[in-house]
Amino acid sequence: MIHLELAWTFFTIGLFSFGGGYAMVPLMEREIAAHGWLAAREFADIVAISQMTPGPIAVNAATYIGFRVAGVAGSAAATLGVFLPSLILVLLVARFLRKFKESRGVEGVLSGIRPATVGLIASAVVFFSGMSIIGPAAAGTGFGTTGDAAGSAALAGSAEGFFRLDPGWVLGLGSWEVRLSALLIFLVVLVGTRRFGLKPIPAVILSAALGLALP
Amino acid sequence: MTEVRRAGPRELAVMFGSFFKIGAFTIGGGYAMLPLIEREFVEVRGWVTDEEIVDVFAIAQSLPGVIAINTSIFIGYRVAGVVGALTAAAGMILPSFFSILAIAALLVNVRDNLWVQKAFAGVRAGVTAMILLAGIKLGKAILRNPPAWVIAGLSFLALVGFGLHVIPIILSGGLAGLIIQAIGRARRA
Repeated sequence: MIHLELAWTFFTIGLFSFGGGYAMVPLMEREIAAHGWLAAREFADIVAISQMTPGPIAVNAATYIGFRVAGVAGSAAATLGVFLPSLILVLLVARFLRKFKESRGVEGVLSGIRPATVGLIASAVVFFSGMSIIGPAAAGTGFGTTGDAAGSAALAGSAEGFFRLDPGWVLGLGSWEVRLSALLIFLVVLVGTRRFGLKPIPAVILSAALGLALP
Repeated sequence: MTEVRRAGPRELAVMFGSFFKIGAFTIGGGYAMLPLIEREFVEVRGWVTDEEIVDVFAIAQSLPGVIAINTSIFIGYRVAGVVGALTAAAGMILPSFFSILAIAALLVNVRDNLWVQKAFAGVRAGVTAMILLAGIKLGKAILRNPPAWVIAGLSFLALVGFGLHVIPIILSGGLAGLIIQAIGRARRA
């Protein structure tokens, strides 16, 4: 039963995903939360792992989530699920290639879906920021490392005034807190990629190293 | 109708191997695979022509689903029909399937380690920047007129502000695209 549920869920994810791996993040995140399959942070971690492992992000995520929910058979079910819509649609389109290419309806629908995927990727940025850089204050739950629990508790104890800075480089801003070390890593990767052509794998290794080195 | 070549078991094995190799050595998602696929199947094997590969990539990206899988199914079908499509997709999927299984089994045991958590917290922050950059690049290519900006903005607001599900947002985007196209045509007529 759980295998069928995995396969069906990933089938719908495959069927409604346009614009590549990052645009799939919001849909996968919603479905995982709705089924209670994985903590949001663990899902964020598997997307992060996908930056360094072979293969498409969505296949990696399906395999990982399937495994965590129902072992190897679960991974097979989820991966088959995400693959099936592609098989059906590509085979259909391959048969009617010319009609598909010249269809004004298809062009119209895609001209609306493409900008929507930009909105999806923007919301993936918000989701990832919430998993790393910014979060509700004194929660010690939603984001950061396990070390946060102690840091946030100390912060909550001294939570007076709008600005608060704790020794773990967590800046409190009213009811929000910003992890300054994560913000720094974000900026390093942003500037490194734009200005110095930092490639994805070195960027991931650098981020991990800075994560270990910074408080 | 796409022309389908007849391929024997040897060609199927070669195709499986090619996709397996591309699947195993391309890191960081589907887009990175496209140049490798082009080199392997157009330049080295000559199974797909220059013009066909442009079509294949365009269609693989306009259909829903994983772009690399769409591409492999399309090329596999082109080379050897449905059996070819399945062979190609298996070659593309299996490397990531096995590597993620290994990582998942390993990760379960070390996830709670403080240093592993610290490293992951760093990587999540770095990946936030990588997704932002990918979004900016895609936005520059796609958001070329006011209606596109409006659709992107509303989709973002619906997701983040109102917590709507992704599927109705995608469907509304498609419908809006059709309506905008119809209005444009009516104006020109």
